[in-house]
Amino acid sequence: MLLATTMSVVVTVGIVASLFPTAVRTMITIGTQIIGISWAPLFEPPEYGILPLFTGTIFIVAIAMLVAVPVGLAAAIFLSDYATFNLRRVVKPILEILAGIPTVVLGLFGLYVVNPLYVEKYWPIGEPLAYSALGAGFVTGILIVPIIASVADDALSAVPRAMREAAYALGATRREVASKVVFNAGLSGVVAALILAFARAFGETTIALMVAGSFPKFTANPGDPMMSLSAFIGFAGIGDAEVGSNAYNTIFLIGAILFLITLIFNIVGNRIIAKYREAYE
Amino acid sequence: MSNDLQTKQFHTEIVGNNQGSAAQMNEVKSGPRIIDPVFTLEDVSVSYGKYVAVTDVNLQIPSNDITAFIGPSGCGKSTLIRTLNRTNDLIPGASVAGKVMYHDADLYDSKASAVEIRRRIGMVFQKPNPFPKSIYENVAFGPKVNGRPKKSELDEIVEKSLRGAALWDEVKDRLGASALGLSGGQQQRLCIARSLAVQPEVILMDEPCSALDPIATLRIEELMMELKKEYTIVIVTHNMQQAARVSTYTAYFVTEVNPLGDLRTGKLVEYDETKKIFSTPSDPRTEAYVTGKMG
Amino acid sequence: MSQTISLKSRLSPRRTLIDGAFRFFLYLSIFISLGMIFWIVSSLWNEAGWLLSWDLLTKYPSYDIDNAGFQSPLVGSLWVVGIATLVALPTGLLTALYLEEFAGKGNKFSRLIELNIQNLAGVPAVVFGLIGLAFIVRGFVKWGFTVGSAAAVIAMLMLPVIIIVSREAIRAVPPSYREGALALGATPWQAVWRLVLPSAIPGTATGSILAVSRAIGESAPLLLLGALSFVTFNPTGLDSPFTIMPLTIFKYASDSREEFQILASAGSLILMAVLFILNLIAIILRDIATRKRNV
Repeated sequence: MLLATTMSVVVTVGIVASLFPTAVRTMITIGTQIIGISWAPLFEPPEYGILPLFTGTIFIVAIAMLVAVPVGLAAAIFLSDYATFNLRRVVKPILEILAGIPTVVLGLFGLYVVNPLYVEKYWPIGEPLAYSALGAGFVTGILIVPIIASVADDALSAVPRAMREAAYALGATRREVASKVVFNAGLSGVVAALILAFARAFGETTIALMVAGSFPKFTANPGDPMMSLSAFIGFAGIGDAEVGSNAYNTIFLIGAILFLITLIFNIVGNRIIAKYREAYE
Repeated sequence: MSNDLQTKQFHTEIVGNNQGSAAQMNEVKSGPRIIDPVFTLEDVSVSYGKYVAVTDVNLQIPSNDITAFIGPSGCGKSTLIRTLNRTNDLIPGASVAGKVMYHDADLYDSKASAVEIRRRIGMVFQKPNPFPKSIYENVAFGPKVNGRPKKSELDEIVEKSLRGAALWDEVKDRLGASALGLSGGQQQRLCIARSLAVQPEVILMDEPCSALDPIATLRIEELMMELKKEYTIVIVTHNMQQAARVSTYTAYFVTEVNPLGDLRTGKLVEYDETKKIFSTPSDPRTEAYVTGKMG
Repeated sequence: MSQTISLKSRLSPRRTLIDGAFRFFLYLSIFISLGMIFWIVSSLWNEAGWLLSWDLLTKYPSYDIDNAGFQSPLVGSLWVVGIATLVALPTGLLTALYLEEFAGKGNKFSRLIELNIQNLAGVPAVVFGLIGLAFIVRGFVKWGFTVGSAAAVIAMLMLPVIIIVSREAIRAVPPSYREGALALGATPWQAVWRLVLPSAIPGTATGSILAVSRAIGESAPLLLLGALSFVTFNPTGLDSPFTIMPLTIFKYASDSREEFQILASAGSLILMAVLFILNLIAIILRDIATRKRNV
């Protein structure tokens, strides 16, 4: 049994071990080239400006959060303060179904429906193309709504009934209690939900690859195709970069960066959840 | 609706002793003479789903006085007081049978607004539950939500309420500090100030001192005696001596085991002036309780 | 004389308006969530519902739409996830058992492990693919692009979730079970093996099915592990090349010809059907487990 436990430690060590040495080596080789706006490590001559990957990721994540935060939080408040017991029993499975849609399918949806029928048609800036960060962001937003909804719902439901009763006893309406008292009291948990959702969107690969495309473009127009950090890993991983070449190693560099960023977000998010759980027990 | 009640004004005379008559043990025929009651309860019983928590409640609560509900735990006194401002509405499956009148209005009328009811009938709870906000914001919450007072008006209301709760001097220099930093007794007075800020007519208190130390308890009791001049107070307490100290009228409840099952239901046994309850109670069960034979 | 009181709502129009708008927005969000599901499924159905037939399950991927099917990806998925579950489930369960029953609760080692597991659960799937690529496909193990490598990576993915879920299932076992067993002279090990483990199995099973669902839908890590190849045969063993459902769909989606769009959509429908059935099983199991516990 101890063996089994150590396996999990092994895995973490494995991640670190596989990524970091290569990453550091590559970083040293690339040096300051990394602060550039052209990312083409697999081409000749290779270019290593990482900024387009960051804009790609940031656009997708930002749009995803823009879509998911209102819907997710609204669903959470609905579940914790408005829904009757029976309504909860109906709505929770809906969210679980949403959470169960595989990313390929969401990617398909973005590629076949969202991009061609909406983004290409209606987005005024730039030329219409089959891929866009806007579409990818929207669909990633659908992906993370259940995360926000369920974690935030946990946090809001944990707010003691006594607090709600005190607010009601002052002549407040349900909306006032939910938005001015419960939400404030459960704020830390809500923030944790947002952080965890953010991290998830940050690391999402398949949707980014299918819907935003594989063209690293340093642009401010979300209607353009872009390549995210994770999409690059997926893209390059399919291709046939020579093992040990710089191109091959950049995959690990990006992997290390991705791992670090999501790790930090996850640690912070989980810490906050642990703290507020303590406060209520 | 109001006409009915005017013709049925309760001027029940104090009927003789009910001792010895087993059939009469379950009825409250005797009772104090109360003019212009704030609350009138007729044959009220409260249930959670199929479980009847308290039943057979007939009483009237006078204005500008302190009325106490006492009895062993589980006798439904908390449930009953929560009925008076419809806090039980928040519990799914809770239902009230019988008539609960606030002056001449039916609290449970379908057109009655629970929000408005709770503004007039405030409540302080067993464990002090200040919002995780500043002291100022706690007291200001009620007024802010019920209207849009200007900052100067709000400042006035906050000060007045905190003075009314005998807390102003202790916190006037740190209104912006978190309410959670106050001691238990101070937090409870803050909760009282919070209720005062919406200018209710009634303040319900559900075991307000049970989480506090004796000194804090005494301060709150003194506060209650002050407050009753302007407000009507109903208090639930498991501490008989407290009821004897502060209340003018006392209702004594008991639990009865339902012969059909294992569930216990609360019942009103006797309701009278406090001095009578504690010296010459009409019901032997009341006597047993106040003289300490039971819990 | 009694006052005539009206308890009708005195909410300002502004408050009522905001209340209504808020409530509308909440319900709207729920409808949006539901609507998204419908939108996605109906789009897929429009595109490829007509193509669904048993043929799709018996034939193999091909560039000829009349002869195309999903057998090899489906079986491939079955192999990969099946083997991964065989590895991850016992490992995860044992780890959870150790952490809950035998490890000292406050000590550094357990806290380190706990931290690890929480964080592993949030690592993006691609990163697991990278590890697989580095260590298993090429590195020390050198298994290459085979079912074995894929199963190993998927097992790593499933492990944190299974551990977390098993821990909750084990925690839900009442301490009285353990105490009872120990009081009868059982060793801690026996108590766990014979009593705690069987009681925790239903909860673990439910959670594990969810881990399995997630694993079946995973695409990113296996992109890196060579599952994107056009494989038209079922896996023959741990060392065989393979493909999985999500990636076959991905592959078809990358092709802009219309036939492939249709095939990709059809594949999605099949994939979602499989997941739906799995989740139904999980729900039924959860129901049975809850009913057993409440008896």
